[in-house]
Amino acid sequence: MHEKTIAELAAALQAREVSSVELTEHYLRRIETLDDALNGYITVTAEQALEAARAADEARAQGRAGPLTGVPVAHKDIFCTEGVRTSCGSRMLDNFVAPYDAGVVERFKAAGCPVLGKTNMDEFAMGSSNETSYYGPVKNPWDTERVPGGSSGGSAAVVAARLAPGATGTDTGGSIRQPAALTGITGLKPTYGRVSRWGMVAFASSLDQGGPMARTAEDCALLLNVMAGFDRRDSTSLERPGEDFTTALDRPVKGLRVGLPKPFFGEGMAPAVARVLEEAIDHYRGLGVEFREVDLPNAGLAVPAYYVVAPAECSSNLARFDGVRYGYRCEDPRDLLDLYTRSRGEGFGAEVQRRIMVGTYALSAGYFDAYYLKAQKIRRLIADDFARAFQEVDVLLGPTTPDTAFRLGEKTDDPVSMYLSDIYTIAVNLAGLPGMSLPAGLADGLPVGMQLIGNYFDEARLLGMAHQYQMGTEWHRMAPGGFN
Amino acid sequence: MSLSRDEVEKIAHLARLAVRPEDLEGYARELSGILAFVEQMDAADTEGVTPMAHPVEASQRLRPDEPDEPDRRDRFQAIAPSVEAGLYLVPRVIE
Repeated sequence: MHEKTIAELAAALQAREVSSVELTEHYLRRIETLDDALNGYITVTAEQALEAARAADEARAQGRAGPLTGVPVAHKDIFCTEGVRTSCGSRMLDNFVAPYDAGVVERFKAAGCPVLGKTNMDEFAMGSSNETSYYGPVKNPWDTERVPGGSSGGSAAVVAARLAPGATGTDTGGSIRQPAALTGITGLKPTYGRVSRWGMVAFASSLDQGGPMARTAEDCALLLNVMAGFDRRDSTSLERPGEDFTTALDRPVKGLRVGLPKPFFGEGMAPAVARVLEEAIDHYRGLGVEFREVDLPNAGLAVPAYYVVAPAECSSNLARFDGVRYGYRCEDPRDLLDLYTRSRGEGFGAEVQRRIMVGTYALSAGYFDAYYLKAQKIRRLIADDFARAFQEVDVLLGPTTPDTAFRLGEKTDDPVSMYLSDIYTIAVNLAGLPGMSLPAGLADGLPVGMQLIGNYFDEARLLGMAHQYQMGTEWHRMAPGGFN
Repeated sequence: MSLSRDEVEKIAHLARLAVRPEDLEGYARELSGILAFVEQMDAADTEGVTPMAHPVEASQRLRPDEPDEPDRRDRFQAIAPSVEAGLYLVPRVIE
Protein backbone atom coordinates (compact mmCIF):
# COMPACT_ATOMS: atom_id res chain seq x y z
CA MET A 1 0.00 0.00 0.00
CA HIS A 2 2.78 2.44 0.92
CA GLU A 3 4.38 1.82 -2.47
CA LYS A 4 1.54 3.73 -4.10
CA THR A 5 1.87 7.40 -4.99
CA ILE A 6 -0.66 9.96 -3.80
CA ALA A 7 -2.37 9.83 -7.20
CA GLU A 8 -2.63 6.04 -6.93
CA LEU A 9 -3.86 6.18 -3.32
CA ALA A 10 -6.50 8.73 -4.27
CA ALA A 11 -7.68 6.40 -7.05
CA ALA A 12 -7.73 3.40 -4.67
CA LEU A 13 -9.80 5.38 -2.16
CA GLN A 14 -12.17 6.46 -4.87
CA ALA A 15 -12.55 2.87 -6.11
CA ARG A 16 -13.23 1.81 -2.48
CA GLU A 17 -10.29 -0.62 -2.64
CA VAL A 18 -9.13 0.78 0.65
CA SER A 19 -10.57 3.08 3.29
CA SER A 20 -8.85 6.12 4.74
CA VAL A 21 -8.90 4.45 8.17
CA GLU A 22 -7.09 1.37 6.78
CA LEU A 23 -4.59 3.57 5.00
CA THR A 24 -3.97 5.79 8.01
CA GLU A 25 -3.57 2.76 10.30
CA HIS A 26 -1.08 1.29 7.85
CA TYR A 27 1.09 4.41 7.88
CA LEU A 28 0.84 4.76 11.68
CA ARG A 29 2.08 1.17 12.04
CA ARG A 30 5.00 1.88 9.71
CA ILE A 31 5.87 4.99 11.69
CA GLU A 32 5.79 3.03 14.92
CA THR A 33 8.12 0.31 13.67
CA LEU A 34 10.44 2.29 11.41
CA ASP A 35 10.73 5.89 12.59
CA ASP A 36 12.98 5.14 15.57
CA ALA A 37 15.76 4.58 13.07
CA LEU A 38 15.12 7.93 11.36
CA ASN A 39 13.74 10.37 13.96
CA GLY A 40 11.65 11.92 11.19
CA TYR A 41 8.65 12.79 13.37
CA ILE A 42 8.71 15.05 16.40
CA THR A 43 5.06 14.40 17.21
CA VAL A 44 2.83 11.61 15.90
CA THR A 45 -0.86 12.54 16.02
CA ALA A 46 -2.38 9.06 15.76
CA GLU A 47 -5.71 9.80 17.43
CA GLN A 48 -6.42 12.96 15.45
CA ALA A 49 -5.35 11.23 12.24
CA LEU A 50 -7.73 8.32 12.78
CA GLU A 51 -10.56 10.66 13.66
CA ALA A 52 -9.94 12.63 10.47
CA ALA A 53 -9.73 9.37 8.52
CA ARG A 54 -13.12 8.25 9.83
CA ALA A 55 -14.57 11.62 8.84
CA ALA A 56 -13.00 11.27 5.39
CA ASP A 57 -14.53 7.82 4.89
CA GLU A 58 -17.89 9.17 5.97
CA ALA A 59 -17.60 12.12 3.58
CA ARG A 60 -16.83 9.69 0.77
CA ALA A 61 -19.79 7.48 1.67
CA GLN A 62 -22.01 10.55 1.46
CA GLY A 63 -20.58 11.59 -1.90
CA ARG A 64 -18.75 14.61 -0.49
CA ALA A 65 -15.17 13.52 -1.25
CA GLY A 66 -12.67 15.80 -2.98
CA PRO A 67 -9.63 14.69 -5.00
CA LEU A 68 -7.42 13.94 -1.95
CA THR A 69 -10.04 13.17 0.71
CA GLY A 70 -8.65 10.44 2.96
CA VAL A 71 -5.01 10.62 1.81
CA PRO A 72 -2.83 11.07 4.92
CA VAL A 73 -0.05 13.67 4.97
CA ALA A 74 2.54 15.00 7.42
CA HIS A 75 3.27 18.63 8.26
CA LYS A 76 6.65 20.14 8.89
CA ASP A 77 6.63 21.21 12.54
CA ILE A 78 6.85 24.86 11.47
CA PHE A 79 3.14 24.98 10.58
CA CYS A 80 0.87 25.81 13.51
CA THR A 81 -1.61 23.03 14.28
CA GLU A 82 -4.41 23.84 16.70
CA GLY A 83 -4.21 21.77 19.87
CA VAL A 84 -0.96 20.07 18.81
CA ARG A 85 2.57 21.04 19.83
CA THR A 86 4.28 23.16 17.18
CA SER A 87 7.95 23.13 18.19
CA CYS A 88 9.74 24.46 15.10
CA GLY A 89 12.53 22.11 16.16
CA SER A 90 13.36 24.38 19.11
CA ARG A 91 13.50 24.15 22.86
CA MET A 92 11.95 27.64 22.74
CA LEU A 93 8.67 26.14 21.49
CA ASP A 94 8.91 22.68 23.05
CA ASN A 95 5.91 23.54 25.25
CA PHE A 96 4.00 25.51 22.59
CA VAL A 97 0.60 24.06 21.72
CA ALA A 98 -0.60 26.21 18.85
CA PRO A 99 -3.90 28.00 19.55
CA TYR A 100 -4.81 28.10 15.84
CA ASP A 101 -4.17 26.39 12.50
CA ALA A 102 -1.82 27.74 9.83
CA GLY A 103 -3.48 28.65 6.52
CA VAL A 104 -1.84 25.61 4.91
CA VAL A 105 -3.06 23.33 7.71
CA GLU A 106 -6.63 24.65 7.33
CA ARG A 107 -6.50 23.87 3.63
CA PHE A 108 -5.43 20.25 4.20
CA LYS A 109 -8.17 19.86 6.80
CA ALA A 110 -10.74 21.21 4.36
CA ALA A 111 -9.41 18.81 1.72
CA GLY A 112 -10.03 15.89 4.11
CA CYS A 113 -6.39 14.80 4.56
CA PRO A 114 -5.63 13.13 7.92
CA VAL A 115 -2.39 14.43 9.48
CA LEU A 116 -0.05 11.64 10.63
CA GLY A 117 2.18 13.99 12.61
CA LYS A 118 4.63 16.84 12.69
CA THR A 119 8.02 16.30 11.11
CA ASN A 120 11.45 17.08 12.46
CA MET A 121 13.40 20.05 11.14
CA ASP A 122 16.39 22.25 11.74
CA GLU A 123 15.68 24.67 14.58
CA PHE A 124 13.55 27.52 13.21
CA ALA A 125 14.40 26.16 9.73
CA MET A 126 18.01 27.31 10.11
CA GLY A 127 20.22 24.55 8.86
CA SER A 128 20.99 22.35 5.87
CA SER A 129 21.39 18.98 7.58
CA ASN A 130 18.65 18.71 10.22
CA GLU A 131 21.37 18.58 12.85
CA THR A 132 20.32 21.83 14.60
CA SER A 133 17.01 20.32 15.79
CA TYR A 134 16.43 20.31 19.55
CA TYR A 135 14.96 16.83 19.02
CA GLY A 136 18.12 15.37 17.53
CA PRO A 137 19.16 14.89 13.92
CA VAL A 138 17.07 13.07 11.32
CA LYS A 139 18.83 10.18 9.58
CA ASN A 140 18.83 9.69 5.84
CA PRO A 141 16.90 6.48 5.04
CA TRP A 142 19.42 5.70 2.26
CA ASP A 143 22.25 5.58 4.80
CA THR A 144 21.43 6.29 8.42
CA GLU A 145 24.96 7.60 9.06
CA ARG A 146 24.22 10.45 6.69
CA VAL A 147 22.08 13.57 6.91
CA PRO A 148 18.78 13.92 5.05
CA GLY A 149 19.47 17.58 4.33
CA GLY A 150 17.53 20.42 5.81
CA SER A 151 15.77 22.25 6.98
CA SER A 152 12.75 20.13 5.92
CA GLY A 153 14.80 16.99 6.63
CA GLY A 154 12.06 15.21 8.57
CA SER A 155 9.49 15.69 5.82
CA ALA A 156 12.00 14.47 3.22
CA ALA A 157 13.05 11.42 5.23
CA VAL A 158 9.51 10.26 6.03
CA VAL A 159 8.38 10.61 2.42
CA ALA A 160 11.48 8.79 1.15
CA ALA A 161 10.99 6.01 3.74
CA ARG A 162 7.28 5.69 2.90
CA LEU A 163 6.22 6.83 6.36
CA ALA A 164 3.93 9.38 4.71
CA PRO A 165 2.72 9.61 1.11
CA GLY A 166 3.45 13.34 1.05
CA ALA A 167 4.40 16.17 3.36
CA THR A 168 4.62 19.91 3.59
CA GLY A 169 7.92 21.73 3.75
CA THR A 170 9.21 25.28 3.70
CA ASP A 171 12.04 26.69 1.64
CA THR A 172 13.90 29.88 2.59
CA GLY A 173 17.21 29.08 0.90
CA GLY A 174 16.73 25.53 -0.37
CA SER A 175 15.03 23.83 2.56
CA ILE A 176 12.59 21.87 0.38
CA ARG A 177 14.79 21.21 -2.65
CA GLN A 178 18.07 20.30 -0.92
CA PRO A 179 16.59 17.59 1.37
CA ALA A 180 14.42 16.35 -1.51
CA ALA A 181 17.61 15.88 -3.54
CA LEU A 182 19.51 14.14 -0.74
CA THR A 183 16.67 11.67 -0.04
CA GLY A 184 15.60 10.95 -3.63
CA ILE A 185 12.16 12.55 -3.59
CA THR A 186 10.44 15.37 -5.49
CA GLY A 187 9.88 18.78 -3.89
CA LEU A 188 8.73 22.15 -5.12
CA LYS A 189 9.30 25.66 -3.84
CA PRO A 190 6.54 27.79 -5.37
CA THR A 191 6.76 31.41 -6.50
CA TYR A 192 7.01 33.66 -3.44
CA GLY A 193 3.47 34.53 -2.35
CA ARG A 194 1.70 31.45 -3.77
CA VAL A 195 1.34 29.62 -0.46
CA SER A 196 0.08 31.36 2.66
CA ARG A 197 2.63 32.17 5.35
CA TRP A 198 -0.15 32.62 7.92
CA GLY A 199 0.67 30.43 10.91
CA MET A 200 3.99 29.33 9.42
CA VAL A 201 6.62 30.28 12.00
CA ALA A 202 8.59 33.13 10.41
CA PHE A 203 12.33 32.87 9.72
CA ALA A 204 13.15 35.30 6.87
CA SER A 205 9.82 36.66 5.74
CA SER A 206 10.83 37.95 2.30
CA LEU A 207 12.20 34.49 1.41
CA ASP A 208 10.05 31.94 3.31
CA GLN A 209 7.72 29.89 1.13
CA GLY A 210 5.83 26.68 1.84
CA GLY A 211 5.61 23.90 -0.71
CA PRO A 212 4.90 20.21 -1.31
CA MET A 213 7.23 17.23 -0.90
CA ALA A 214 6.24 13.86 -2.35
CA ARG A 215 7.65 11.09 -4.51
CA THR A 216 6.49 12.35 -7.91
CA ALA A 217 5.85 15.59 -9.73
CA GLU A 218 2.23 14.56 -10.22
CA ASP A 219 1.85 14.17 -6.45
CA CYS A 220 3.46 17.56 -5.86
CA ALA A 221 0.96 19.09 -8.29
CA LEU A 222 -1.94 17.50 -6.39
CA LEU A 223 -0.58 18.75 -3.06
CA LEU A 224 0.08 22.22 -4.45
CA ASN A 225 -3.55 22.35 -5.60
CA VAL A 226 -4.47 22.04 -1.93
CA MET A 227 -1.78 24.39 -0.58
CA ALA A 228 -1.76 27.34 -2.96
CA GLY A 229 -4.21 30.21 -2.90
CA PHE A 230 -4.81 33.71 -1.64
CA ASP A 231 -4.94 34.29 2.11
CA ARG A 232 -5.82 37.81 3.23
CA ARG A 233 -4.10 37.17 6.58
CA ASP A 234 -0.70 37.00 4.85
CA SER A 235 0.24 40.51 3.70
CA THR A 236 2.39 39.16 0.84
CA SER A 237 -0.07 36.53 -0.35
CA LEU A 238 -0.71 36.93 -4.08
CA GLU A 239 -4.23 37.61 -5.28
CA ARG A 240 -4.47 35.36 -8.30
CA PRO A 241 -7.24 33.27 -9.75
CA GLY A 242 -7.22 29.62 -8.65
CA GLU A 243 -5.01 27.38 -10.75
CA ASP A 244 -4.96 23.64 -11.40
CA PHE A 245 -1.27 22.67 -11.30
CA THR A 246 -1.92 19.30 -12.95
CA THR A 247 -2.99 20.79 -16.29
CA ALA A 248 0.47 20.75 -17.91
CA LEU A 249 1.52 17.30 -16.67
CA ASP A 250 0.76 15.57 -19.96
CA ARG A 251 2.06 18.32 -22.21
CA PRO A 252 4.98 17.10 -24.37
CA VAL A 253 8.30 18.88 -23.75
CA LYS A 254 9.30 18.85 -27.42
CA GLY A 255 10.61 22.25 -28.42
CA LEU A 256 10.94 23.46 -24.82
CA ARG A 257 13.93 25.81 -24.51
CA VAL A 258 15.97 24.95 -21.44
CA GLY A 259 18.96 26.90 -20.17
CA LEU A 260 21.98 25.39 -18.45
CA PRO A 261 23.35 28.11 -16.14
CA LYS A 262 27.11 28.31 -16.61
CA PRO A 263 27.93 28.95 -12.94
CA PHE A 264 25.97 25.82 -11.92
CA PHE A 265 28.17 23.55 -14.00
CA GLY A 266 31.50 24.78 -12.69
CA GLU A 267 34.10 23.18 -10.48
CA GLY A 268 31.94 23.07 -7.33
CA MET A 269 29.88 20.10 -8.55
CA ALA A 270 31.01 16.56 -7.66
CA PRO A 271 31.89 14.49 -10.77
CA ALA A 272 29.29 11.84 -9.86
CA VAL A 273 26.57 14.50 -9.75
CA ALA A 274 27.76 15.89 -13.10
CA ARG A 275 27.53 12.42 -14.69
CA VAL A 276 23.95 11.91 -13.46
CA LEU A 277 22.92 15.34 -14.78
CA GLU A 278 24.51 14.63 -18.16
CA GLU A 279 22.32 11.53 -18.48
CA ALA A 280 19.21 13.46 -17.47
CA ILE A 281 19.98 16.13 -20.06
CA ASP A 282 20.42 13.40 -22.68
CA HIS A 283 17.05 11.94 -21.73
CA TYR A 284 15.39 15.32 -22.21
CA ARG A 285 17.22 15.79 -25.53
CA GLY A 286 15.64 12.53 -26.62
CA LEU A 287 12.24 14.03 -25.80
CA GLY A 288 12.97 17.02 -28.03
CA VAL A 289 14.09 19.57 -25.44
CA GLU A 290 16.48 22.21 -26.82
CA PHE A 291 19.35 23.11 -24.51
CA ARG A 292 21.55 26.16 -24.51
CA GLU A 293 24.03 27.62 -22.07
CA VAL A 294 22.97 30.77 -20.23
CA ASP A 295 24.94 32.96 -17.87
CA LEU A 296 23.90 34.14 -14.43
CA PRO A 297 26.89 36.39 -13.82
CA ASN A 298 26.00 37.27 -10.23
CA ALA A 299 25.04 33.78 -9.07
CA GLY A 300 28.25 33.49 -7.05
CA LEU A 301 27.10 36.33 -4.83
CA ALA A 302 23.85 34.63 -3.84
CA VAL A 303 25.10 32.75 -0.76
CA PRO A 304 26.97 35.75 0.74
CA ALA A 305 23.97 38.05 0.13
CA TYR A 306 21.61 35.45 1.59
CA TYR A 307 23.67 35.19 4.79
CA VAL A 308 23.04 38.89 5.35
CA VAL A 309 19.37 39.10 4.31
CA ALA A 310 18.21 35.91 6.07
CA PRO A 311 19.95 36.58 9.43
CA ALA A 312 18.81 40.21 9.37
CA GLU A 313 15.18 39.20 8.92
CA CYS A 314 15.59 36.35 11.42
CA SER A 315 16.98 38.67 14.11
CA SER A 316 13.91 40.84 13.69
CA ASN A 317 11.38 37.99 13.48
CA LEU A 318 12.78 36.06 16.45
CA ALA A 319 12.68 39.15 18.68
CA ARG A 320 9.12 38.06 19.48
CA PHE A 321 10.39 35.18 21.63
CA ASP A 322 10.72 36.99 24.92
CA GLY A 323 9.69 34.44 27.55
CA VAL A 324 6.60 36.49 28.39
CA ARG A 325 3.68 35.50 26.21
CA TYR A 326 4.42 31.92 25.12
CA GLY A 327 7.28 29.52 24.71
CA TYR A 328 10.24 28.88 26.99
CA ARG A 329 10.84 30.93 30.13
CA CYS A 330 13.99 30.58 32.23
CA GLU A 331 13.79 29.61 35.90
CA ASP A 332 13.70 32.34 38.56
CA PRO A 333 14.49 35.46 36.52
CA ARG A 334 16.12 38.20 38.61
CA ASP A 335 14.63 41.05 36.61
CA LEU A 336 13.08 41.72 33.22
CA LEU A 337 16.41 41.85 31.36
CA ASP A 338 17.47 38.57 32.94
CA LEU A 339 14.11 37.08 31.92
CA TYR A 340 14.63 38.10 28.28
CA THR A 341 18.28 37.20 27.93
CA ARG A 342 18.26 33.87 29.74
CA SER A 343 14.97 32.72 28.19
CA ARG A 344 16.45 33.42 24.76
CA GLY A 345 19.95 32.21 25.56
CA GLU A 346 18.65 28.91 26.97
CA GLY A 347 15.72 28.52 24.55
CA PHE A 348 17.65 28.97 21.27
CA GLY A 349 20.37 26.65 20.01
CA ALA A 350 23.80 27.73 18.78
CA GLU A 351 23.03 28.14 15.06
CA VAL A 352 19.93 30.23 15.76
CA GLN A 353 21.94 32.41 18.13
CA ARG A 354 24.70 32.81 15.55
CA ARG A 355 22.21 34.00 12.96
CA ILE A 356 20.43 36.35 15.36
CA MET A 357 23.79 37.90 16.20
CA VAL A 358 24.91 38.20 12.56
CA GLY A 359 21.58 39.84 11.75
CA THR A 360 21.72 42.15 14.74
CA TYR A 361 25.22 43.21 13.72
CA ALA A 362 24.31 43.71 10.04
CA LEU A 363 21.35 45.89 10.96
CA SER A 364 23.16 47.95 13.60
CA ALA A 365 23.95 51.64 13.15
CA GLY A 366 27.01 52.18 11.00
CA TYR A 367 26.91 48.76 9.33
CA PHE A 368 23.48 48.80 7.68
CA ASP A 369 24.68 50.18 4.33
CA ALA A 370 27.71 47.91 4.08
CA TYR A 371 25.75 44.75 4.78
CA TYR A 372 21.99 44.86 4.46
CA LEU A 373 21.67 47.51 1.76
CA LYS A 374 24.53 45.97 -0.21
CA ALA A 375 22.87 42.56 0.00
CA GLN A 376 19.57 43.96 -1.25
CA LYS A 377 21.30 45.55 -4.21
CA ILE A 378 22.92 42.22 -5.05
CA ARG A 379 19.52 40.64 -4.74
CA ARG A 380 18.34 42.96 -7.51
CA LEU A 381 21.33 42.02 -9.71
CA ILE A 382 20.54 38.33 -9.23
CA ALA A 383 16.84 38.79 -10.03
CA ASP A 384 17.83 40.78 -13.17
CA ASP A 385 20.14 37.92 -14.26
CA PHE A 386 17.23 35.50 -14.10
CA ALA A 387 14.95 37.93 -15.95
CA ARG A 388 17.48 38.11 -18.80
CA ALA A 389 17.83 34.33 -18.90
CA PHE A 390 14.06 33.86 -19.11
CA GLN A 391 13.96 36.07 -22.20
CA GLU A 392 15.91 33.33 -23.97
CA VAL A 393 14.71 30.12 -22.35
CA ASP A 394 11.58 28.69 -20.71
CA VAL A 395 13.18 26.78 -17.86
CA LEU A 396 16.63 26.47 -16.25
CA LEU A 397 18.11 23.09 -15.37
CA GLY A 398 21.02 22.29 -13.08
CA PRO A 399 22.08 20.37 -10.00
CA THR A 400 20.16 20.86 -6.75
CA THR A 401 23.20 20.27 -4.55
CA PRO A 402 26.95 20.11 -5.21
CA ASP A 403 27.19 16.58 -3.83
CA THR A 404 25.16 13.69 -2.38
CA ALA A 405 24.21 13.42 1.31
CA PHE A 406 27.10 14.11 3.66
CA ARG A 407 27.86 12.32 6.92
CA LEU A 408 26.33 13.35 10.23
CA GLY A 409 28.75 15.71 11.95
CA GLU A 410 30.79 16.31 8.79
CA LYS A 411 29.96 20.02 8.49
CA THR A 412 28.73 20.95 11.97
CA ASP A 413 32.00 22.59 13.06
CA ASP A 414 32.14 24.98 10.13
CA PRO A 415 29.00 27.10 9.55
CA VAL A 416 30.25 28.45 6.21
CA SER A 417 30.89 24.99 4.69
CA MET A 418 27.34 24.04 5.74
CA TYR A 419 25.99 27.20 4.08
CA LEU A 420 27.67 26.26 0.80
CA SER A 421 25.59 23.09 0.45
CA ASP A 422 22.79 25.46 -0.67
CA ILE A 423 24.90 27.13 -3.33
CA TYR A 424 22.55 26.18 -6.21
CA THR A 425 19.25 26.79 -4.45
CA ILE A 426 19.61 30.15 -2.71
CA ALA A 427 19.54 32.46 -5.75
CA VAL A 428 16.03 31.19 -6.54
CA ASN A 429 14.75 32.37 -3.13
CA LEU A 430 16.43 35.75 -3.45
CA ALA A 431 14.62 36.28 -6.76
CA GLY A 432 11.34 34.74 -5.50
CA LEU A 433 11.15 32.27 -8.40
CA PRO A 434 9.67 28.76 -8.36
CA GLY A 435 12.12 25.86 -8.31
CA MET A 436 11.94 22.13 -7.80
CA SER A 437 14.14 19.12 -7.27
CA LEU A 438 13.49 15.64 -8.62
CA PRO A 439 15.52 12.45 -8.34
CA ALA A 440 17.73 11.88 -11.41
CA GLY A 441 19.93 8.97 -10.42
CA LEU A 442 22.22 7.41 -7.85
CA ALA A 443 25.88 7.99 -7.10
CA ASP A 444 27.50 5.36 -4.85
CA GLY A 445 24.04 4.29 -3.75
CA LEU A 446 22.94 7.80 -2.77
CA PRO A 447 20.28 9.86 -4.57
CA VAL A 448 21.20 12.78 -6.83
CA GLY A 449 18.73 15.60 -7.43
CA MET A 450 18.12 17.62 -10.58
CA GLN A 451 16.86 21.16 -10.16
CA LEU A 452 14.40 22.91 -12.48
CA ILE A 453 13.89 26.66 -12.11
CA GLY A 454 11.00 28.48 -13.75
CA ASN A 455 9.87 32.01 -14.32
CA TYR A 456 7.36 33.55 -11.90
CA PHE A 457 4.10 31.55 -11.71
CA ASP A 458 5.46 28.78 -13.97
CA GLU A 459 4.97 25.95 -11.44
CA ALA A 460 2.66 24.03 -13.79
CA ARG A 461 5.29 24.07 -16.52
CA LEU A 462 8.01 22.86 -14.11
CA LEU A 463 5.78 20.09 -12.81
CA GLY A 464 4.93 19.08 -16.38
CA MET A 465 8.57 18.96 -17.41
CA ALA A 466 9.38 16.85 -14.34
CA HIS A 467 6.41 14.55 -14.95
CA GLN A 468 7.48 13.94 -18.55
CA TYR A 469 10.90 12.85 -17.23
CA GLN A 470 9.33 10.59 -14.61
CA MET A 471 7.11 8.98 -17.27
CA GLY A 472 10.25 7.69 -18.99
CA THR A 473 12.52 6.98 -16.03
CA GLU A 474 12.38 4.95 -12.82
CA TRP A 475 14.44 7.03 -10.38
CA HIS A 476 11.39 8.35 -8.53
CA ARG A 477 10.31 4.74 -7.84
CA MET A 478 13.50 3.79 -6.02
CA ALA A 479 13.01 3.06 -2.35
CA PRO A 480 15.79 2.99 0.22
CA GLY A 481 16.61 -0.54 1.43
CA GLY A 482 14.75 -1.48 4.61
CA PHE A 483 11.95 0.95 3.88
CA ASN A 484 10.49 -0.52 0.68
CA MET B 1 35.80 42.03 9.53
CA SER B 2 36.99 40.30 12.66
CA LEU B 3 34.93 40.53 15.82
CA SER B 4 36.45 40.60 19.27
CA ARG B 5 35.08 38.89 22.34
CA ASP B 6 33.89 42.26 23.65
CA GLU B 7 32.08 43.07 20.42
CA VAL B 8 30.28 39.73 20.55
CA GLU B 9 29.27 40.48 24.12
CA LYS B 10 27.83 43.80 22.96
CA ILE B 11 25.96 42.24 20.03
CA ALA B 12 24.59 39.52 22.30
CA HIS B 13 23.32 42.20 24.65
CA LEU B 14 21.64 44.08 21.78
CA ALA B 15 20.00 40.81 20.72
CA ARG B 16 19.02 40.04 24.34
CA LEU B 17 20.89 36.73 24.33
CA ALA B 18 22.62 35.52 27.49
CA VAL B 19 25.83 34.01 26.17
CA ARG B 20 28.01 32.13 28.64
CA PRO B 21 31.47 33.70 29.01
CA GLU B 22 33.14 30.47 27.90
CA ASP B 23 31.14 30.55 24.63
CA LEU B 24 32.14 34.10 23.64
CA GLU B 25 35.46 33.09 22.09
CA GLY B 26 33.82 30.46 19.87
CA TYR B 27 31.10 32.81 18.74
CA ALA B 28 33.69 35.52 17.97
CA ARG B 29 35.55 33.08 15.73
CA GLU B 30 32.41 31.79 13.97
CA LEU B 31 30.78 35.18 13.49
CA SER B 32 34.06 36.57 12.14
CA GLY B 33 34.17 33.67 9.68
CA ILE B 34 30.61 34.36 8.52
CA LEU B 35 31.27 38.09 8.15
CA ALA B 36 34.48 37.43 6.22
CA PHE B 37 32.48 35.15 3.93
CA VAL B 38 29.69 37.65 3.26
CA GLU B 39 32.27 40.31 2.45
CA GLN B 40 32.60 38.60 -0.94
CA MET B 41 29.71 40.96 -1.72
CA ASP B 42 32.22 43.80 -1.89
CA ALA B 43 33.42 42.48 -5.24
CA ALA B 44 30.13 43.46 -6.87
CA ASP B 45 29.69 46.91 -8.34
CA THR B 46 26.29 48.00 -7.07
CA GLU B 47 26.58 51.68 -7.94
CA GLY B 48 23.14 52.99 -8.89
CA VAL B 49 21.38 49.64 -8.28
CA THR B 50 17.97 49.96 -6.62
CA PRO B 51 17.85 47.71 -3.55
CA MET B 52 15.32 44.89 -3.79
CA ALA B 53 13.43 44.55 -0.55
CA HIS B 54 11.04 41.99 -1.82
CA PRO B 55 10.72 39.49 -4.68
CA VAL B 56 7.23 40.48 -5.69
CA GLU B 57 6.77 44.15 -6.43
CA ALA B 58 3.26 44.31 -5.07
CA SER B 59 1.91 47.12 -2.95
CA GLN B 60 0.36 46.52 0.43
CA ARG B 61 -3.31 45.68 0.25
CA LEU B 62 -5.82 47.93 1.96
CA ARG B 63 -8.90 46.66 3.72
CA PRO B 64 -11.84 48.34 5.41
CA ASP B 65 -10.99 49.32 8.98
CA GLU B 66 -13.34 46.84 10.58
CA PRO B 67 -12.43 44.44 13.38
CA ASP B 68 -12.38 40.89 12.02
CA GLU B 69 -10.47 38.97 14.68
CA PRO B 70 -12.49 37.33 17.42
CA ASP B 71 -11.40 37.86 21.03
CA ARG B 72 -9.20 34.88 21.87
CA ARG B 73 -7.41 36.26 24.90
CA ASP B 74 -8.22 33.25 27.06
CA ARG B 75 -6.78 30.82 24.51
CA PHE B 76 -3.64 32.84 24.04
CA GLN B 77 -3.09 33.33 27.75
CA ALA B 78 -3.58 29.63 28.41
CA ILE B 79 -0.16 28.99 26.81
CA ALA B 80 1.66 31.84 28.58
CA PRO B 81 4.32 31.04 31.21
CA SER B 82 2.67 33.18 33.88
CA VAL B 83 -0.63 35.09 33.91
CA GLU B 84 -2.95 36.46 36.53
CA ALA B 85 -6.33 38.16 36.16
CA GLY B 86 -5.85 38.42 32.40
CA LEU B 87 -2.40 40.00 32.69
CA TYR B 88 1.02 38.64 31.71
CA LEU B 89 3.30 38.50 34.74
CA VAL B 90 6.98 39.49 34.61
CA PRO B 91 9.49 40.30 37.37
CA ARG B 92 8.86 43.62 39.08
CA VAL B 93 10.17 46.52 36.94
CA ILE B 94 9.29 49.46 39.23
CA GLU B 95 10.65 49.39 42.76
